[in-house]
Amino acid sequence: MKRVIIIDDEVLARNIVKDYLKEYPQLNVVAECANGYEGVKAIQQHQPDLIILDIQMPKITGFEMLELLEHLPQVIFATAYDEYAIKAFEANAIDYLLKPFSETRFDQAIQKFLAQPKGAAKADLKLQNMLNQDQLAEEKTRIVVRNNNEISIVPVGDIQYIEAYDDYVKLFTKQSYFLKKQTMNYYEQVLDPVMFFRTHRSFIINLQQLTRIEPLEKNTYLALLKDGKKIPLSRPAYLKLKEKLGI
Amino acid sequence: MFIYLAWCLVWTLLQTLALHRFQIEWSTAFLDALVSNGILALASLATVQLFRYYQPGVGSGIYRFALVLGITALTGAFTEWSLKYLFVAQTRYLQIIDLSMPIRYVFVLMVLTFVTVLNWLWNSVAEKSKQSMQQSEVEQLHKEAELIKLRQQLQPHFLFNSLNSISALAGSNPAQARKMIQQLSDFLRGTLKKDEDQSLSLEEELKHLALYLDIEKIRFGERLTVLLDCDEASKDKKIPPLLLQPIVENAIKFGLYGTIDDVKISLRASVQQNNLVIEVVNPFDADAAQAGSGTGFGLRFIQRRLFLLYAQNNLLRTSQKDHLFTTQIIIPQ
Repeated sequence: MKRVIIIDDEVLARNIVKDYLKEYPQLNVVAECANGYEGVKAIQQHQPDLIILDIQMPKITGFEMLELLEHLPQVIFATAYDEYAIKAFEANAIDYLLKPFSETRFDQAIQKFLAQPKGAAKADLKLQNMLNQDQLAEEKTRIVVRNNNEISIVPVGDIQYIEAYDDYVKLFTKQSYFLKKQTMNYYEQVLDPVMFFRTHRSFIINLQQLTRIEPLEKNTYLALLKDGKKIPLSRPAYLKLKEKLGI
Repeated sequence: MFIYLAWCLVWTLLQTLALHRFQIEWSTAFLDALVSNGILALASLATVQLFRYYQPGVGSGIYRFALVLGITALTGAFTEWSLKYLFVAQTRYLQIIDLSMPIRYVFVLMVLTFVTVLNWLWNSVAEKSKQSMQQSEVEQLHKEAELIKLRQQLQPHFLFNSLNSISALAGSNPAQARKMIQQLSDFLRGTLKKDEDQSLSLEEELKHLALYLDIEKIRFGERLTVLLDCDEASKDKKIPPLLLQPIVENAIKFGLYGTIDDVKISLRASVQQNNLVIEVVNPFDADAAQAGSGTGFGLRFIQRRLFLLYAQNNLLRTSQKDHLFTTQIIIPQ
């Protein structure tokens, strides 16, 4: 028995999926969610094998919801939007259904899921890569983060600096920080280079927060932020920063 | 430029040869040819420059010819004076110059006419191709605008999501599915047959809006409520077609995708200073305001339409307060 969760903000759209799934006694719909917030909770609680996911949903999109999960289930997207690079998805997610879809088309997607060998770790990795790449295309204006069960949307302008933390990064805002399972390289690429600057292997700062640069010892420097934080600044980064700021 | 120089040199050599055949010394013949062709080259250049800044209409050949005649007279006189000045010591040659002057005038006139006609042709060809380029650019822009309009009218996402709802209802509730197909058809027909320039009364536009709202209510169920509140006086006021529905659609999308709670949209129409004023209010969460989801596009499109219709930039206003977003439009009567 495999567990399935349907996540879509329109009840009729969920109904049609449920309807089509009746043909599969081996698939059990354990939850239905009307938005990504419910989705995250239900996925943690039920650890489903498969989710059928809409993209445009209240407050956070289907993509942003996936970013908040520690372990990704298999994903079939179902959406009326064809502009989300169908090709990229067909290669990575199990399938990408365009609404309205026929039962035959839906069956094809489910067959693909059922045909997958056990241990979906590989697909997990592939999807993670796909998410990273997809969002490289557009510059980020906000980052969705989760702290236990609380989901917050952080506008990138609120981030003061980012620090590497093992497999995670810490996104520091004025009040606190958020942990996100992501790489420094990723953020260096998706954040606006006018606003953000990588000072060090483990640090990216918001240039609006920078007040002063001071030498620490030979060949090392410190970037001083407005709230008094001292961020290490490597020599190559120091030279690049000087050029960037025109000093 | 190089071609002009080569042209001038060829003529110089030809004239030198011609003069030499009349038993004139090589040096004298060459000097004469060089001076008269040099002056002619300058005159041609001046003519081209003149017509670059002074472009008489296409039908004014006579003006051009008069100008060419004038320039010819000046050039001829100057050539004569220059040659006489140069060969002042050679009495026999001065006679030859006097004798050959009519031929020289005719030659100058021919060359200048040729240059003028060539220049004229060249300019009109360039003008034509510029015009046709502008024309095709205008056509391209027009096509793009049509395409955007069509897409806006058809609203593919709304259409596909509605069809998906119908598909779901077809299994569970065929009667309801049939009703929804009817509503969707009426709505689409209303959208397509509306004439851009023909203003309608608010009451008629509200009927069209009701079709749209019925469909959205089926899609979003309990989550969506819409309150309409229109003053009696506002109902027969004029409003351009297909303006009201996109504003409400924008508010609904903004509300539905900007919060996770139930969404209450309210529309209020009133008459203020003889203008029709419509206010649409939707809830939103400040932290999701950057969600995008096309909310900006809808309003920009409406702003543009209002500007094109009334040439005023202040007819669309938005404000936000206490998690409520208000869109206000003013329709001059």
